[in-house]
Amino acid sequence: MEDKFITMAHGAGGVKSRELVEEIMVPAFDNEYLRQMHDGAKLPVKNNIAFTTDSYVVKPLFFNGGNIGKLAVCGTVNDLAMTGAVPKYISVGMILEEGFPIKDLRTIVDTMSQAAAEAGIYIVTGDTKVVNKNSGDGIFINTAGVGNLIDGCDIAPRNVKPEMDIIVSGYLGDHAAAIMALRHNLQLPDTLKSDCAPLNKLVYKILQTAPKIAVMRDATRGGAAAVLNEIAAQAGVGIIIDEDNLPVRKEVRGFCDILGFDPIYLANEGKMVIFADKTYSSRILAVMHKDVYGKNACIIGSTNSIAPGEVGLRTAIGGIRIIDMPAGEQIPRIC
Amino acid sequence: MKRLSVRVRGIVQGVGFRPFVYRLARENNLTGFVLNDDDGVLMEIQGIETSLDVMLKELSYEAPPAASVMEIVTAEKEIIASEKDFTIKKSPLAALRKAFISPDLAICADCRKEIMDKSDRRYHYPFTNCTNCGPRFSIVEDIPYDRRNTTMKTFSMCSKCREEYAQPQDRRFHAQPNACNSCGPQYKLLNNKGTVISIDNEIILESARKAIKKGEIIALKGIGGYHLVCDAYNNSAILKLRNRKKRFDKALAVMADSVDTIKTLCIVNAKEESLLKSPSAPIVLLAKKENCALAAAVAPGNCSIGFMLPYAPIHCLLLQKGDVFVMTSANLSEEPIAYEEEDALERLAGIADHFLIHDRRINMSIDDSVMQVVKNEAYYIRRSRGFAPAPLFLSSCNKQLSVFAAGSQLKNTFCLTDGNKAILSHHIGDLANKAAYDSYRKAINHYQKIFSIQPQIAACDLHPEYFSTKYALATGLPLIKIQHHHAHIVSVLAENNISEKVIGVALDGTGYGDDGCLWGGEFFLCDCTSYERLAHFSYLPLPGASAAIKEPWRLAAYIMHSLYGKKMLEKECGLWKSVPENWSLAVQIAEKGFNSPLTSSAGRIFDAVSAVLGIRGRINYEGQAAIELEQIAAAGNGSLLPYESKEKNGMCQIDFLPMFRSLIEDDAAISEKAASFHLTMAAAVVDTVRILKKKTGVRKIVLSGGVFQNLLLLKNIFALLEDDFSVYINRKVPANDGGLSFGQAAAACAIINKNRGLL
Ligand SMILES: [Fe+3]
Ligand SMILES: [Mg+2]
Ligand SMILES: [Zn+2]
Ligand SMILES: [Zn+2]
Repeated sequence: MEDKFITMAHGAGGVKSRELVEEIMVPAFDNEYLRQMHDGAKLPVKNNIAFTTDSYVVKPLFFNGGNIGKLAVCGTVNDLAMTGAVPKYISVGMILEEGFPIKDLRTIVDTMSQAAAEAGIYIVTGDTKVVNKNSGDGIFINTAGVGNLIDGCDIAPRNVKPEMDIIVSGYLGDHAAAIMALRHNLQLPDTLKSDCAPLNKLVYKILQTAPKIAVMRDATRGGAAAVLNEIAAQAGVGIIIDEDNLPVRKEVRGFCDILGFDPIYLANEGKMVIFADKTYSSRILAVMHKDVYGKNACIIGSTNSIAPGEVGLRTAIGGIRIIDMPAGEQIPRIC
Repeated sequence: MKRLSVRVRGIVQGVGFRPFVYRLARENNLTGFVLNDDDGVLMEIQGIETSLDVMLKELSYEAPPAASVMEIVTAEKEIIASEKDFTIKKSPLAALRKAFISPDLAICADCRKEIMDKSDRRYHYPFTNCTNCGPRFSIVEDIPYDRRNTTMKTFSMCSKCREEYAQPQDRRFHAQPNACNSCGPQYKLLNNKGTVISIDNEIILESARKAIKKGEIIALKGIGGYHLVCDAYNNSAILKLRNRKKRFDKALAVMADSVDTIKTLCIVNAKEESLLKSPSAPIVLLAKKENCALAAAVAPGNCSIGFMLPYAPIHCLLLQKGDVFVMTSANLSEEPIAYEEEDALERLAGIADHFLIHDRRINMSIDDSVMQVVKNEAYYIRRSRGFAPAPLFLSSCNKQLSVFAAGSQLKNTFCLTDGNKAILSHHIGDLANKAAYDSYRKAINHYQKIFSIQPQIAACDLHPEYFSTKYALATGLPLIKIQHHHAHIVSVLAENNISEKVIGVALDGTGYGDDGCLWGGEFFLCDCTSYERLAHFSYLPLPGASAAIKEPWRLAAYIMHSLYGKKMLEKECGLWKSVPENWSLAVQIAEKGFNSPLTSSAGRIFDAVSAVLGIRGRINYEGQAAIELEQIAAAGNGSLLPYESKEKNGMCQIDFLPMFRSLIEDDAAISEKAASFHLTMAAAVVDTVRILKKKTGVRKIVLSGGVFQNLLLLKNIFALLEDDFSVYINRKVPANDGGLSFGQAAAACAIINKNRGLL
């Protein structure tokens, strides 16, 4: 392929379009289902499946720890995993902006293929469209995916009862901190990178050892705070977490402090929150600690029946601060 | 000979008003009767006209200390020739439904005498009270205000107490919490493990005081909640208390046995003395004497100390001649005052060495009130125990609709209206604190119950994230949003029944503006229903948003950067000692407009000056940077520094950057600079007010907002404003956010009335 940049012709359905698919996408994503090259992929699945879709827009497209492609694969894989499924197949839809460097596209596609391989899933179908210059931000990606639901698991907020443990799978806020630093050109320690990762294998191991966990959810937009508030509201339980137990990297803490953000509200791309009966906690943690994506997992708090729907943070000095769901941007409330 | 019916409204029930009327009537040889009903006190008096006149005058001027007469209406009635005497009539059953629950009141002189009198049956009894004094609001569970609806219901009166209670001439006639040693509540002393040490009154009092004198910390259950008590002369005891309570710099309130003792430590004028001794018994901020012998840790870096006098019998018994005890509300920093036994024992176990507790339940916790006197006028800093829930008069009222005003986020109070009365709640605190938010919800329901108010309209701040705003939204009531500083100004308008347009000056921390920026240095042309923003302090970014409020160095660093760019570090400046290693990130985000909301706040200017002068770059309690700046300024004279006033699109903007340049570059003592700053801000305010007067022809000036608690600024402004201005400032509610809900309620009522007029 000679072109260095995406042109409108790459989206016109002709020779250039085929070139794009056959020279970049197919070799990278290659698998038996994709090789069918049908209008759609014909797939073997069990009776009960999970199905999800998500669109990815991120600025910047490349960041320490990943890029938009990795996000697009991991995001959908994680969404499937959170329902208690084994992710199997995903589709990829790309909207490219005229003038987008082919080199960058190759990098993104390669990353997606690596992420898919790591997660053990197949990219089985796809689509590309091109929009005029200035009508997009380089590249937008949509992925959809299906997975086989694991027998005997029932993952739903309604299963959350008072006096359950709340486990988080590792350090909070890494992704958002990395993205913010890059987006606003702020210095950040090199050690700090996005936590973007596929969690499905970790989830599988957890469900093998403790199939009866109540619910789990990945803590993406709105961070752990959003997950806790959602579950508190949906399950009608109160939640108290301990500030001292919140896992936050020192460098992320320092960075957030100076920027005025609370890591509990920051997005993650490879972290989940698990609600489980206290009797399962040690088993779950033991499994998690052996996994690269769960080695820093810990209990951050528990549910209660005292204040249904409310999330409180027990602060280092001993009081409880309400962690609410911000309607939008955080505006200082202090007079 | 004449017969009058006299209607008295206000706080006139359960405060000894009927015995008082009875006594007056007898003294003046009048016949008739008095009774309590739905509307207050109703009486008919008959006698010769001069006696009737005397009686009416005395009704308002001699009323019992706990009473607050809002209104007296008389009408002539036909003479009843057969009438022979004056009686207290039984109240109709439905009475007291609308009666106002009185605030909790300090022990009266009569009761005090009794508990000190060895021959009295209430000698050393720490729950002694009468209709002129004692707990009210804190023990009321429901209406009508009857013993069965108070937390005294579990104690049944002995025959002697019952006699007093039933006897119209007795000081304890219908005193609901009436009790004595043989029938009433009792104290007990516990160690910090919760084990009872003693239940014997004499032993308790002696060992508790001994422990305090030894340097221990006692958790004392009083009227509105628990206090932490230690010896105010013992520095290490206070440091221990501060450490355990995690309250490091903020001044602690103290209690002295008498005004005489206070006078050896602080300067007390007549006004301050009468405030201290008033039945409300607030904490009064007093200027330290140079040789003040109290421990430095009481109020570090502070020229004044908050003093109060014993207001519960236990205080009188515990404090002996010359004693001064730290008396700070028992809680961890930022939490509401502890008031329930289990909760207190749990929460305070790591703080107190001993617990002095009693078995009369506190139904509604209530913090001590705080006041200060300026030029012989008393100002509220916190209006709580002793004042709440006494109603305030509201002229812009709406007779049909009751309004619930949700208040602010910090220093929260809420307000309910009922006809021409506004009931401003006691101090609730920081709503982000779960315990405070819980007590907010509990208190709202409680007030609605005991005042029989079902609000039909809710008023709240414009700030979408205030927990009070969210609460108001969740009520489902029609909502009226009032801009923060408009509400501040309206609180003054309502206090003074001003309905015309005024120039409102709100100098404040930060409040949400209608352009999405954080306001706080605002000049409005406004009345109760609407405002027009005519001038404001220039916008500056707050790097890191809320973090910038806790860390004044941030805005200061941005100011340095905008004045000197890259050369900023060459400037010698007290600021640099308080910045963290990665401080330049704060400047970077401010420049990029990332998480750096714009503010016109006056409070933040105080903060930035404090940081630039090296006084305080990060705070441990709200307002600390400004408070310390004011203290330091007291030692200087100050001179006017430059500032810029520019007009943009008809909006006057006041820019203090030139002043900052002078503060950084001038060669003067810090106290001089601090004083100069206060002078300059006052001058900028007064100049702006003059410009706006010329523009609008309005000469009524209204000042409100938390910054006006700064006495130096206030004095400077008063000194600069010419006589042809009439100046109004909050007198009945705090100028800080504690008065906000009153302003919201008044504005909402005015808006409802105006809209009705249009229909
Ligand atoms: Fe305010
Ligand atoms: Mg998703
Ligand atoms: Zn008394
Ligand atoms: Zn008795």
